[in-house]
Amino acid sequence: MNKTKLDLWVGLFVAAGIVALLFLALKVGSTSALNSAEGYEVIARFENIGGLKPRAPVKVAGVVVGRVADIQFDDDNYEAVVTLRLDKRYAFPKDSSAAILTSGLLGEQYVGLEAGGDSVKLKEKDRILITQDAVVLENLIGRFLYDKAQEGAPQ
Amino acid sequence: MICDWGGSVLKQAITNLGSRTLDALWTVGLAMRFFVTVLLHSGMAFRRFGLTIRELYFTGVLSLIVILVSGLFVGMVLGLQGYETLQTYGAEESLGIVVALSLVRELGPVVAALLFASRAGSAITAEIGLMKATEQLSAMEMMAVDPLARVVAPRFWAGVISMPLLAALFSAMGVFGGYLVGVQLIGIDEGAFWSQMQNAVDFERDVLNGVIKSVVFGIAVTAIALFEGYDAPPTAEGVAGATTRTVVTSSLVVLALDFVLTAFMFRGIG
Repeated sequence: MNKTKLDLWVGLFVAAGIVALLFLALKVGSTSALNSAEGYEVIARFENIGGLKPRAPVKVAGVVVGRVADIQFDDDNYEAVVTLRLDKRYAFPKDSSAAILTSGLLGEQYVGLEAGGDSVKLKEKDRILITQDAVVLENLIGRFLYDKAQEGAPQ
Repeated sequence: MICDWGGSVLKQAITNLGSRTLDALWTVGLAMRFFVTVLLHSGMAFRRFGLTIRELYFTGVLSLIVILVSGLFVGMVLGLQGYETLQTYGAEESLGIVVALSLVRELGPVVAALLFASRAGSAITAEIGLMKATEQLSAMEMMAVDPLARVVAPRFWAGVISMPLLAALFSAMGVFGGYLVGVQLIGIDEGAFWSQMQNAVDFERDVLNGVIKSVVFGIAVTAIALFEGYDAPPTAEGVAGATTRTVVTSSLVVLALDFVLTAFMFRGIG
């Protein structure tokens, strides 16, 4: 088969298309490496998860170390059971605590981990015992109004 | 008398409706049979890959300019419009997310497919319709060359291969256009633009789903174009009508398929 100019153009076209795909994959998007099998799962129970969704980030010191893999409801204790998939590169003390926080004023909700002091590390299927629920804005405003009313009342 | 006349008109209308519906169903069935036959005859398109490469040039390379330029302009418009709205919430930095997600998920595959249908699809229909009108296809059959394997299948695979590449180029160009307007023209912080975009765009959920969409659109548009050409009445009028039908039908099919695929891929979970 002899090479023609047409082949060159087609080769150029295919190469450009693949470069564009790579650009979309690497520069525009982030590969969900943390979503793959390389990691371990721990469980945290919350009384209220607010607007937390699956795939929300898990952050320690502001660094994303994992994602929320699954959210279930336990109808024995009426609690939310949140499964966190953590990157296997990082290990955390067994007495670490998890809190549901909000990035910015209106931003998405994420799980913040706070490292504890235990020398035993968290393993697959371990449970994080100390948790802090999501802040519900209505409750917060309600409490604020109640406090204000209390301030004014006694005089 | 009047009643009788009205009855015959009504009867005529119902007859027309029935025959049109029957015709449409007939065409759909024929198109499906044609599609399967092309798939079964596509051995040669891979064994003699030179044939497919030649068609890749006509469907892919020649569509490049229109895809790249429209991608750039769509991205720049998204940049301006997105900024207008985001500014009211003080969230200008999220412009990257708006531009990238709308391009990668929807506009890239859909607009590229619409352009592809009008640029390459109409050309395919006209070419095959004319080959049929000038009896080139029958001549091939006479020489024991299967026109489905020799003419139709290479065009089909060329369309299926070039569509995702064109959609990716469209999206990449659009992101670049959004970057030009957002960062260079308006002056959003460059680091925030890219980092927010990378945080929000997921490879599997967004980029890969976009590619899947464009492959499906490629199959649909090329199959429709080939069928319309192959099915066209062998007259100048027939080929003209078939070319128009290619663009109209494939645009409608692309938009309808897009809804179905989006409903499968993004149903508001996660």
